[in-house]
Amino acid sequence: MSTKSVQISDAAPDPIADDLIGAGQEGTLLDQVRGYFSRVRQGEMGVLPAVGGMVVLAILFTILNPLFITERNFANLMTQSATLVMLAMALVFVILLGEIDLSAGTTYGVAMCAFVVLVSVVHVNWILALLAAFAIGLAVGAFIGFFVARVGIPSFVVTLGLFLGFQGLELIIIGNGGSYAVQVPQILAIMNSNLPIWGGWVLLAVMVAITIGTGFWDRARRKRAGVPNRAQALLWAKVGVIVVLGGLAVFFLSQNRGAVSDIRGVPIVVPIVLFILWIGTFVLDRTKFGRYMYAVGGNAEAARRAGVKVIAIRWIAFIICSTLAVVSGIFSIGQVGSVDATSGRDIVLSGVAAAVVGGVSLFGGRGRLIHAAIGAVVISMITNGLGLLNLPAGANYLVTGGVLILAASVDAISRLRSGGSLFSRS
Amino acid sequence: MAEDAPLLELTDVKKAFGPVTVLRGVHLSVYPGKVTALVGDNGAGKSTLIKGLAGVQPYDSGTVVFNGHEVNLTNPRHAASLGIEVVYQDLALCDNLDIVQNMFLGREETSGGFFDEGVMERRTSEVLRSLSVRTVESVRQKVSSLSGGQRQTVAIARAVLKEAKLVILDEPTAALGVAQTEQVLNLVKRLAEQGVAVLIISHNLADVFKVADFVSVLYLGEMVADVPIAETSYDDVVGYITGSKTYERARA
Repeated sequence: MSTKSVQISDAAPDPIADDLIGAGQEGTLLDQVRGYFSRVRQGEMGVLPAVGGMVVLAILFTILNPLFITERNFANLMTQSATLVMLAMALVFVILLGEIDLSAGTTYGVAMCAFVVLVSVVHVNWILALLAAFAIGLAVGAFIGFFVARVGIPSFVVTLGLFLGFQGLELIIIGNGGSYAVQVPQILAIMNSNLPIWGGWVLLAVMVAITIGTGFWDRARRKRAGVPNRAQALLWAKVGVIVVLGGLAVFFLSQNRGAVSDIRGVPIVVPIVLFILWIGTFVLDRTKFGRYMYAVGGNAEAARRAGVKVIAIRWIAFIICSTLAVVSGIFSIGQVGSVDATSGRDIVLSGVAAAVVGGVSLFGGRGRLIHAAIGAVVISMITNGLGLLNLPAGANYLVTGGVLILAASVDAISRLRSGGSLFSRS
Repeated sequence: MAEDAPLLELTDVKKAFGPVTVLRGVHLSVYPGKVTALVGDNGAGKSTLIKGLAGVQPYDSGTVVFNGHEVNLTNPRHAASLGIEVVYQDLALCDNLDIVQNMFLGREETSGGFFDEGVMERRTSEVLRSLSVRTVESVRQKVSSLSGGQRQTVAIARAVLKEAKLVILDEPTAALGVAQTEQVLNLVKRLAEQGVAVLIISHNLADVFKVADFVSVLYLGEMVADVPIAETSYDDVVGYITGSKTYERARA
């Protein structure tokens, strides 16, 4: 974006009134860009390292194996990462409070075992079975919330107990070595079917409309309150990025990627993930509940003194986490096509890693859903890319671990430079 | 000296923890628009007195008259609803939130269920401006990036935003350097100029003599002196605090 276009589209940003202190929204587009970089230098890197990592990995893997950038692999990457993206987003809700849910994976495991047994053995209607699965997630979250928020046991301990216990529960439900095929076409379709071509373009149009709509809504309200707005060009730049990147993605996915039959379109799981991402972000950014999540994660005592019901916030956070984990479980069985007694056992630490790689702080109070989602995509890219290189499975874990430590270091060092100490937790 | 009636008047307040009597019948008056300093050595009962006013730890006996009415301060919410705000030493700010978010924490402005950030931003600016705060660059700065004095400023401004009638400051300058102490003391003066009754607890008598209109001295759970700052001296106050001097004349 050049300064020339600023003068055309937004010649006069709202002047700041004399009686106001700045809010970082005044000035031209150029001032805004400068402000952004100065915040980045101060250690507020946000999603930048994860996006950078994503780009570097994409280039690297494409050079090493051009298959990486094909339409088919692009679609594969989306469905392969969906389960982890969803689980990482679920975990954000507890990580924001400085808590952890080690049982998020096995929670969905138990819920999916129950689901598949209800459908295949008890012959319950699949929608009822799905509701039962969600009820399990909700109940588990309430259970964890009770022991963490009310009884005061560290969440690490409570959820470690559940992590172990649920593995046993899965064995009991499924039976040792047993496995059930998922016989619900609707569940399989989430991961294996695609939107019609026009559906992808409608999805993009909706995203653009929402971006423009909320953008102008915010500007109107700020104007009414008499505080300065950002240069309007910034909004259009954001829309431009969505149009270009989203347009490329939809176009790419609209090409035939089938080897035998004709396969094209945006995978159905994509709009589901985007919808949950949007709702969750909206709640975290614009409602009291969301603000109190950050406040409790930042300084629970301060939040309590300000009148925040800290216990209730903690409780609800665990319920949201476990319930969203069930969504992740649905993606998982849709992709694998079957459920066995180890369902969800190995994924939870990858979910935590994804959140951290994306820039969510395990100390609480810092991070957004999009961070966890991008972190999850980065980790899925490593698995996917190394798989294409036919490297041994060991390499995958080594590289993922290295990326995790690298990401955490980049974050910590950027904070050190901004004046914090190595041991400060901000 | 004080033509106005006191905003807060404590009479014969007592508090004991088991066999240990901490407050032995304390009298205290705090006037609107004036700064009253509460001083005393460690263990004199300052914290216990404050916690009673905040409603955190109710007194055992004695009367509390606030704004002309006798009140029974039994919980923090009640104290806050009367307009009593305590700014504690540890400030109770969330480092990860910005100034506006901290100022409005627990009482956010919404319209249609969602935040009205513009209104909150404007109010924050106005309150800080009314306190002549010049050191804050942007109201959207994270609190983690603020200096100790600026944090104290935000905490005090939050009390102003809540339209507190009585603001109790617990050691507001304890951890601050010289320049920042000066800033905060100026802020305390402006707070009083707005008609707020200020009760400031401090170990630093230099600060007390700079800002206070009255000084009340606690010694082993009793209010041993209660005197306009103009009518006493540094040495006298030290004497009252250490118990080596006694103050004879009760305030008229």
